Parts: sequence; structure tokens; C-alpha cells
Amino acid sequence: MKSLKKYLGLFIVAALFTSGLFIQSCSEVKSTELQKTIEANLTYAPYVPNKINRDRPAKVIVEMEVRELVGRLSDGVEYTFWTFGGQVPGQFIRVREGDEVEFRLHNHPTSKLPHNIDLHAVTGPGGGAVSSFTTPGHTSVFSFKALNAGLYVYHCATAPVGLHIANGMYGLILVEPEEGLPPVDREYYVMQSEFYTEGGYGEEGFQPFSMEKALDENPDYVVFNGSVGSLVGDNSITAKVGERVRLFVGNGGPNLVSSFHVIGEIFDAVYQEGGTSVKQNNVQTTLIPAGGSAIVEFKVDVPGEFILVDHSIFRAFNKGALGKLAVSGPEDKTIYSGKTEDKLYNGIEDQLGAIDRRSGKYNNTNRENYVSKYSSEAQNVDYSSLAEAANSSHKEESSSSVSDIVKMGKRVYQTTCFPCHQSDGEGIANVFPPIKNSDWIEKNGKAGMIRAVNEGLSGEIKVNGKSYNNIMPPQQLNEKEMTAVLTYVYKQFNNSDETVTAEDIAKYRAGKLMAKK
Amino acid sequence: MRTRGFNKIKIVGLLIVFSVTGVYCQSGMVKITAGTYTPLYVDDTTDQSVDVDAFLIDKYPVTNEQFLEFVKTNPKWKRSEISLLFADNSYLAHWKSDFELGESVNPNAPVINISWFAAKAFAKYKGKRLPTVAEWELAAMADESEKNGYGNPNYIAKILKWYSKPTPVFLPAIGSNKPNYYGVYDLHGLVWEWTADFFNALVTGESRGDGGINRNLFCGSGSIGATDFKNYPAFMRFAFRSSLKANYTTSNLGFRCAKDL
Repeated sequence: MKSLKKYLGLFIVAALFTSGLFIQSCSEVKSTELQKTIEANLTYAPYVPNKINRDRPAKVIVEMEVRELVGRLSDGVEYTFWTFGGQVPGQFIRVREGDEVEFRLHNHPTSKLPHNIDLHAVTGPGGGAVSSFTTPGHTSVFSFKALNAGLYVYHCATAPVGLHIANGMYGLILVEPEEGLPPVDREYYVMQSEFYTEGGYGEEGFQPFSMEKALDENPDYVVFNGSVGSLVGDNSITAKVGERVRLFVGNGGPNLVSSFHVIGEIFDAVYQEGGTSVKQNNVQTTLIPAGGSAIVEFKVDVPGEFILVDHSIFRAFNKGALGKLAVSGPEDKTIYSGKTEDKLYNGIEDQLGAIDRRSGKYNNTNRENYVSKYSSEAQNVDYSSLAEAANSSHKEESSSSVSDIVKMGKRVYQTTCFPCHQSDGEGIANVFPPIKNSDWIEKNGKAGMIRAVNEGLSGEIKVNGKSYNNIMPPQQLNEKEMTAVLTYVYKQFNNSDETVTAEDIAKYRAGKLMAKK
Repeated sequence: MRTRGFNKIKIVGLLIVFSVTGVYCQSGMVKITAGTYTPLYVDDTTDQSVDVDAFLIDKYPVTNEQFLEFVKTNPKWKRSEISLLFADNSYLAHWKSDFELGESVNPNAPVINISWFAAKAFAKYKGKRLPTVAEWELAAMADESEKNGYGNPNYIAKILKWYSKPTPVFLPAIGSNKPNYYGVYDLHGLVWEWTADFFNALVTGESRGDGGINRNLFCGSGSIGATDFKNYPAFMRFAFRSSLKANYTTSNLGFRCAKDL
């Protein structure tokens, strides 16, 4: 069988060679008839393979391995991902219009299931799915001609297809137009998708797929590049002031449509739906369908952090759809000044009387009464009960180690608190107060912190000499998470050995834990 | 006197235990009563369900040890001499050699890396046969307490959980899951299993009526003609079976035998 193939191959090569000679002797060789064979360089998100510099098509070989693996969906949360290439999203493929692509799909022997690939860039039944259907421990090979330029989604299409996509089997293939794309300084690969887990957002441990939530199209996670936080902190994408940035943005779905937006930037150009012409300039938010894509380009003019979001905004705030573009370079105050002034505005109610912060209702007594009432209450601290609480909390600690609590606190912080207070605890100047070395925390103590987390905090406060006037919503944390995150905040950001225990919370609820002066 | 009496009882008791387990050991099979099975894919022109006669099925999947015994007595099925027509390159690849399991292989774990031909030969050697898709599916419908567990969403969720996990490097021994209604172990939760007519995953029993069914249904079209859109495990088994050829072997595919009553 094998030797037969070999002979057949030799025969074809010989035939091509002679016909090639024949053509050459008769007329000039057309550029498309002498094809180079090259191996595609595949990249993992957020990186994109280099621009194609060929002026003619080639035969491009793509090798991709399907792996099923347990990985991180969020800090402390694990999920079984089915992947193209070992990560979610799958590797970025870049070919040129007219290329002949030989696709070799390997399904790793440890896979539980057969898989295949449907590339939206393929013209042919199933987009390659039929020809690439591969049982574990096998390889399928098929070829297609990249007839249409554009940015295309690929995904696994094995039944039940929704499950294969929901578990992470998607990625992008760019078929670059013959004439290429306009030059830019940076290109990145961002892919949105949802995960349907049995436990709610942030619920720790291994989370199995929830078929019920998938059928309801109600995910707990909406993320960029496969997990919460995969595009923030050290993983942020970067650019320098003055550079042009191009984002290849895909939406793997399986269900939701993305309202893709970069906070503080305007897309100079959008290749809508991943097509090859710029359909619109100056776009704030572009819609990316499930199983679709868009190419957006913009020049970064000022330094700072630009947040990538799905502007269906609860997904960004509560489900993980956040990324960060960090731009470095000199400021340009004519384009963006930063905050230039901050003065008191007390509103009309100031003339009528202060607002009672606790009830949110107008207080008929005047402001002085209001202030003195609370300061006297604050002086009325029962220090003996505090000391008792501290003692008992130390006893408790010996059973569950402080480092475990701090670890958990870190996870809670990085899923709940960091969007405003930032990973370093410094907050955002003039908008969200720092909780690092915060005199507010020192003054208000455990009770203040528990109140802020439990009931939220709004109105003007002073932290480290600066005024902030914003709203912190109540946080949906259970008792354990609350104690962990507050202990973490003390330890990590305030250089303090103070711990917040379940007992503290019980005391607070009973009205026995008061703010320190 | 007293002690002797007790001893007698003990002996009789032991004899009963031995003879009872002896019967089970000998056959190692349990009876599945006649029933109907509705295939995942049906043709409009045929009846939706298939009648299945009562039959016997192995309580457990075939183990490495059992298969080794088969290879030793039927050496033409040893790894080094198998024709590629009957099994591909990964046939029994987890064993140390032709007649040795090696230390990393649990003799009591289900045998894997087995082709359909090899499974069929083993069954024949044992005077048995492979179960049909309909038989296998009928036996596997049962959860721990009922003949048809598919009405129980927890049952489907449990199977789905196993299907969603990658294959472990070392498979556990047979019988570590709870038996189902019939007393059959490990139909779900251990390995995939070969069936006699795996290639006809779409066949409804009336082969003349199956001409119009397309095996290559992918993406959204995979639900065309399906009888139960929510039975994801059934879709996955269908997909798995239709990805196979008879000489294929994979690291999570084993088998068990069946027999006519």
C-alpha cells in the first residue's frame, strides 16, 4: 500500500516536472504555477504570525493538535478545555489569498472524543469538517484553496457541536488579501467566548460543563482569550504612543454576540465582520457575531490603560470580559488633560439638610448635627470586645492556616475588587480610592471595611488626603470570602497582621463591632 | 457437638456461596430483558424504535489479563505479528511486549488499544459475540435504579461529566463504578466499547430504509433527524462510533461480549 503510494507520487512528480519544462520552453512561467511549500507558523493569543511577504501563493502546511486538558478558567477555578493546539483560543493561522492549505489535524491519543475542524475560510462541504473527522490517536489530512480573503473563525463541528465549542474549540484564520493589509505597528489576536459552568462565577474548584445554562444561553463566564485575566496585568497587550494598533477580534460564542469596545479609544477603521474592506471609520463599538470576527485599527495618541470590554457591560464587570492595552510614552495634554480641577459640589440638598448616608433619605437636622452624631458614636468603641475578638480569631487561625486564607483572599480580590482598586491596590487616581496604605482603612477599621463590602459605600470620602466621590456597590460575597479578602487587604496592602474573622462579621451584624477612631 | 454443628453449617454455607459465585464466575454475564431502543438518528420512512430480544451481556468490560490469556492461546493476535488490515499501529501499544503487560498496566483494568477485529475474535474464542448498538444502548439506558434512566437529568449529567474528561494515563480497574439496574458495571464512566455494528451507527434495524441518512452530519446539521436533541451523551457516542474504522485502536476504547439466550 505504502510503496504503491510512493510510486504514484514519483509518477506525479515526474509528470509535473516534464510538463513544467514544457511550459517553460514555450512561454513564461506564470507565478502561480511554481509553488513553494512552507510550514505555517502558528501563534497563541494574543500574538499574531508575521505579515506575509510573498508576492505569490504557496502550498502551506498547517499542523494542529487537538488536546483535551484541565486548565485554569479563573483563579482557583478549573475546567476541562478541549483545544486546538493546547490553549484556548486555538492557534492563529495566517495564509495568503490563493494559497493551497494542506491541513493536518492530529487528535491526541489521550482525547476522549473524536474531533474535526470547520474553517469558515474553506469553500466545501462542512468547511473541512467531513474530511477532518478524527478519532483519538489518529491524524486526518485534507487540502483547500484559500479562495476568499478575510478573517475567519474556525471551530470543531463534531456532534454535539455546541459542547465542542463551549469547551474551547475555536480560533481564527486570516486569509490575507493578495495586496496585503495596510502596515501597522502592532497586531494582536483577541477572541471572546463564554463558558457554562455548574458553579457560579468565581466558585472555586473544578467546574463541570452545565448543559442547562448552555441551553439557556446564560453563561457565568464571558472572557477574552480563554480565561479570566488572560489579557490583564502582566498579560496586557502593549503599544507606544503614536503607534498604529490592529486587533484581530473573533467571537467563538457559542451563543453570545459581542459588543466589542475599547474604553478611551475610537476605532479609526473597522473591517466589519472580518471582511476585506473598511466599512466604517470612527467607530466606538463594533458588533461581532458568534462565529464571526472583525478587524479594528486605531492609533494610540496618549499613554495609559485602555480597557477592552464587551460593552454588554455586565459581562465585563461581572463575568470576566475584560482586557487591557497598556500604552506607554509621553503625555499629550492637548488631547487628554487628565483631571484639572476637583471642587466641592454639595447639591441642592445641602441647603435643605444633609443626606443620611445609611438610609439614603434626607435628614432634617442640619449638617453639624449629622456630623456630631456620628463622631460621638464612633468614639463609643467597646475596646474590650475588640480585644476578645482578636484573641478568639487567633485561636481559630491555628486550625485553618493564615496562608490559605490569604490565598483565597487573593483570588476573591482578583475576581471582585481589582477592576476598581487595581491589582496593586493603588486604585485609579481621582476615581477609585487606593486601599494600599490607606488611612481610611486605618480610621474605619474592620467595621468600616465590612460595611463597605457588605452594604456598599457612596458619597464623598477622603483617603490619604484626597477626595473621592463615587459609588461602590454592595459585593455578593459569602462570609468566608469576605473574611479572606479583608484579611488579604490588611496583609497585602496595609502591612498589617490584622485578620478579619467570621466572629468579627457576626459582631458587626449584631451591631457590636464599631469603627475605630 | 456444638462446635461440630456450627462447622457443618459453615461448610454448607460456604458451599452455597461457592456454588452461587461459581455460576456467576463461569458466565460472568447478566440477562438484559427484551425492550425497545430508539436510535438517535432515524429515517422518516422507518419506525422510530427497535425491538431488542432478551440477551446476555458481560458484567464487566474485558480486562488486560483476560485478553492476554487470549493472545497467549491465539498467538496470531499478538502485537508484533498483527496485520495492519486487522489492527493499526497502536494495537495493544500499552503492553510491555507481545505476552507481557508490564508494571504500568493494571491486569484488572479494561483492555484498550483493541481493534474491532480483535474484539470480535476474542468474543468468538469465548463462544460469545459483540453486542449490537441496539443491545448495548438498551443495557446502557439503565441507571442504578431504573431500566430507563434517560428520564433522569442527573443520569445524563453524570455520563456527560465522564465524556467531558480526558482519558486518564492509567485506567482504573473494572467494577469501580456502581452497577446499573441489571447489575452491569462500567457501561459508562470507564472506556468506550466496541459494538458489532458500530459502523451502522445510524441504522435503525431496517437496512433497506436507511439509504437516505447521511453519516457526515456536522455542526448544526448534526441535529437533523435526531430523535432526542438533549441526549448529548448519545450524540457523543454516535460521533465516536462514526469516527472509527474496524482496524482502528485507541487508548480509551475497549469492549465486552454478549450472547444469545
